[in-house]
Amino acid sequence: MNEILILIYGNPIAQTIREHESLFPWVEALHVLAITLVIGSIALVDLRLIGIRGINRPISNISKELLPVTWIAFLIAAFTGAILFTSNALSYSQNFYFISKIALLALAGINMMCFQFIIGRNLESWNHYQQLPASARIAGAISLTLWISIIVCGRWIGFTLEPVLVAL
Amino acid sequence: MRNSALLDFCYFLESTELNAAIQANFWIVPTMQTLHILAMASVLIGALLINLRILSLHAKSEPIATIITRYKSLVWFPLPILLITGCIMIVGEPARSLTNPAFQIKMVMLLAVLFITFFLQRKWQKDHSYAQTDATSYPLAMLSLGLWVGIVAAGRWIAYA
Repeated sequence: MNEILILIYGNPIAQTIREHESLFPWVEALHVLAITLVIGSIALVDLRLIGIRGINRPISNISKELLPVTWIAFLIAAFTGAILFTSNALSYSQNFYFISKIALLALAGINMMCFQFIIGRNLESWNHYQQLPASARIAGAISLTLWISIIVCGRWIGFTLEPVLVAL
Repeated sequence: MRNSALLDFCYFLESTELNAAIQANFWIVPTMQTLHILAMASVLIGALLINLRILSLHAKSEPIATIITRYKSLVWFPLPILLITGCIMIVGEPARSLTNPAFQIKMVMLLAVLFITFFLQRKWQKDHSYAQTDATSYPLAMLSLGLWVGIVAAGRWIAYA
């Protein structure tokens, strides 16, 4: 495991980030921007699922128009996140909040899959509903909780990261 | 800007009990930052969708006024939360923020973007026609998106500048 992390730590992008002090904040800024748009767009869908916002619009419309924003922002967040991780791979991989954030992301992914393929596979059939079935409302509430927790963990990483020395 | 009045104000904030309380409780700053980011998520998605509509890149089949009505609360409601959490962070570490060029640039960009947002809303929110954007609104919407990106970047740079 450590060898893999040391290999990741030694990759050219990670080295560039470490050698140029101002790169890290720029990548981090882009990461924050992307993550706010991920959670912002997901929250709008979740609040519709729960039945708090936009109940006069079909969930299928809301989901369709916000999905591109979510995915583009998510790809940027994942890419910038990977760069930030590699720059200090050993420290992050031992940080409780980082590990929690990745675990929560996995749970959010599973929740999304369940919704996509089981609970909400016929979104159009709900077009005339204001309040959606309980399963959809629960899926929305779980998703919102997970994403807020992901933001919480993300912010706490910066306050709890401890340096891990590597001899390269 | 780093004049003596501003520095005096920083020293005054550093002598307050609130400053001492924030310094003594490690969890307050990260919690405020988290709330600040969550509130920004609301502002940014609202601002993005409204500006993309003005740029004809989102919900083209609906009037601009409809999109403004749908999302404007996402932009304005979180502002008090941002103000309160922002002020708590400033009182906690006044010199780190108030005299920081990144913070000062952020505030200038914030004022500019709020002014543009208000102007565009006033201009379009009563126009329920299917009119597309005009020659002044288009660049203002682009500028507005650019300023929001700059505000987020400057916000993160406060920790490093």
